[in-house]
Amino acid sequence: MIRVNNKWEIEWQPGMTIRDLLVACKFTHHYVAVSVNGRLVPAEEYDTWLVADRDEVQVIHIIAGG
Amino acid sequence: MEMKEITQERIEALRAGHKVLAEFHYEPRPVERGYAGKTLYVNVSTNTIGAKPVDERMKRTFIGGRGFDLWLLWNAVKSDTRWDSPENEIVIASGPLGGIVQYPGTGKSIAVTISPLTGIPVDSNVGGYFGPLLKFSGFDALEVQGIADREVIVFIDGNAGLVQIMEAPEESVNSHILAEEIVALFGQTPQEKQGVSSVSSGVGAEHTLIGCLNFSFYDPRRKLTRLKQAGRGGIGTVLRKKKIKALVVKYVGVKGDSNHPTDLETIQQVGAKMHREIYERDPIMFTMRLDGTNHLTKIMNDYDILPVHNFRYGSHPEAEKIYSPHFQKYFVYDAPDGCWYGCTLACAKFAAGLELRTGPYKGQTVTVDGPEYETVAGIGANCGIWDAHAVLEANFYCDAYGIDTISFGTAMAFAMECYEEGILTPEITGGLKLNFGNADAMLEALHQMSRGEGFGVIIGQGVRRMKQIFVERYGADPQFLQDIGMEAKGLEYSEYVTKESLAQQGGYGLANKGPQHDEAWLIFMDAVNNQIPTFEDKAEALHYFPMWRTWFGLNGLCKLPWNDVEPADNRTRYKGIEAAKVPEHVENYVRLFRAMTGRDDVQSGADLIRMSEAVYNFQRIFNLKMGSGTREHDAIPYRSVGPVTDAEYESRAERYDQQLRELVGVDPSGMTTAEKRQALRRYREAQYEKLIDAVYKRRGWNERGIPTLEKVRELGIDFPEVVALIEAHTQKGT
Ligand code: SF4
Repeated sequence: MIRVNNKWEIEWQPGMTIRDLLVACKFTHHYVAVSVNGRLVPAEEYDTWLVADRDEVQVIHIIAGG
Repeated sequence: MEMKEITQERIEALRAGHKVLAEFHYEPRPVERGYAGKTLYVNVSTNTIGAKPVDERMKRTFIGGRGFDLWLLWNAVKSDTRWDSPENEIVIASGPLGGIVQYPGTGKSIAVTISPLTGIPVDSNVGGYFGPLLKFSGFDALEVQGIADREVIVFIDGNAGLVQIMEAPEESVNSHILAEEIVALFGQTPQEKQGVSSVSSGVGAEHTLIGCLNFSFYDPRRKLTRLKQAGRGGIGTVLRKKKIKALVVKYVGVKGDSNHPTDLETIQQVGAKMHREIYERDPIMFTMRLDGTNHLTKIMNDYDILPVHNFRYGSHPEAEKIYSPHFQKYFVYDAPDGCWYGCTLACAKFAAGLELRTGPYKGQTVTVDGPEYETVAGIGANCGIWDAHAVLEANFYCDAYGIDTISFGTAMAFAMECYEEGILTPEITGGLKLNFGNADAMLEALHQMSRGEGFGVIIGQGVRRMKQIFVERYGADPQFLQDIGMEAKGLEYSEYVTKESLAQQGGYGLANKGPQHDEAWLIFMDAVNNQIPTFEDKAEALHYFPMWRTWFGLNGLCKLPWNDVEPADNRTRYKGIEAAKVPEHVENYVRLFRAMTGRDDVQSGADLIRMSEAVYNFQRIFNLKMGSGTREHDAIPYRSVGPVTDAEYESRAERYDQQLRELVGVDPSGMTTAEKRQALRRYREAQYEKLIDAVYKRRGWNERGIPTLEKVRELGIDFPEVVALIEAHTQKGT
């Protein structure tokens, strides 16, 4: 199980990348800052960075809104 | 805004109708360190005109813009002044940073009045050239009082040092034609035309309480005027009540140093850095230059925040039909579109080639600025109208008739839900079939507002009055209407679903003027990013961000260049909500303010926040003066807190059931939907009250939401009338 934003729990799958996790969370916004266990993941590595079971992931949506 | 030429014959006819009723001569003086040093007072009842000095205390306490507006209005009205009383004013100001041409987003005007919808001050921040041109003409603010006995124009010639009130019987009322007429009347060359800006409204504002002001600027490339709206709170209704067709300013000769700043070089440096950042970062961030604010529609739909069917739901399968690409075909991209010189963020979108299918201008091909996200979400999604052309046509007519698209969208959505619920029938609506999705009925109601007839006029009274009318005349259930009527303090909600964000419920409910998102926009930070989980975190955000956003209005600025683009390293250098403050941009504003005014005591963002805090608290106390401003007026409709109906609950049953188990401590199995709704409601309403307690405490207010004497002394707003008001309310303890 992966905990996202200290709020949601997402089922971990072997080989799961950051990109897969974003899809599983239905996070479609293109501009996010992702950290895994407190470490910032460069955007270029979202397709290759493998998340481990029980990782704590933070996905900050950067959006200004109204 | 309309493509038709105004003939010389027409101009002569307009001129022939002009009769000067009052005249005031003054010596134009240059602006110094961002301030003109005077404000202009015009009374259209008595036909008097005069100038008032701006002293050091006024500058220090109220800074400018919205601060000056509120101070002047406070001194003009009594606690029993209504929106249509002669002493009510429309006050318009730029601010000390207004009119800078080297930094993006500096051309805003802030308009304030006692609102017909709320009975308290409303402030509205708007583009167009009026505010800066007014300042360069010699006035930090314009206050207009009185009610004229005939149609008038107020004309300020900043080059000649002349102010006139003139009778204007022949001009059009609807802004899209009137603004063209004004430019033709007062500007001969393209350069002169660019120096003319008008403030006007339209016939819709006369028959409703949701009238907006249109601020114009002349676009020399397209050879036409364009309009930006001070939409919220019915200021256009007040303008038309005063029988003012237009407020006009003419000032030719804006230069890079027209503000005579203390340190122009710093302003140029900070500006150059910001322009570079926008060019590099906007294409990969929010594409404001390409899409404007409507890029938000898709995001809000994806995250269940787009208001659908009167805020019942947060998304809809057909929403794709009103995403940006469906509007892009109308946009003209031949030049960057800023609403003041030097705005490289350039989010002002210009739609052309719109052939009107309804109304008095049917068959004409027109242009319109926009649409903004709020218009698309309010008139499109919230009314279930998945039709880009219909939304754009309604946008055009709202602007032309002088109607606020946000209040229009939210009020229409409310009427549509009442119709679908059987509270309204075709007999009551005069045959209008107000089902969600009926674009023809929506447009016909809008045209009725312009003609002052039919059920459209009732919708134009706004949600609060509709609730009252539907209960009194048609026997509707008052509790149900209270739950689904999306207004607070009398103002219609702007277009975000807040059910899953307690902080944003507070952002709307606690906003001084009523539920408009420009004070606080915390939905993602709260509901998605989960960055402010505790009551204290939310209260801190509901202190910092409303104060920070207030600062733009004090200075004549647009908030978009603050956080609609960010430096590349913002998220690596700063963590948590610090990053959301965009500290490098805050530092830009500190430097700009110091460089403009020469105030060396302003050293950090905290100094800017303190400026806002004084004005913000003053506005809260102004609400108190007008009979509002206490806890009960911060109440919000349950539709903004949680699901009102079984259908809403069932549509997100998994989410709500889980919350009952995990947050409320109730096992939903075996409960009916109505029982589950009630259990959730008790919990969520209690959460909102706890939030209010936390925010009041953080802001230095008592448990009834009144700033303490200690607080107003600390902020330097302890004027005798302020102290007396607080004492009276504190002693009453009611
Ligand atoms: S960002 Fe947009 S609204 Fe703000 S000043 Fe620039 S063009 Fe105008």
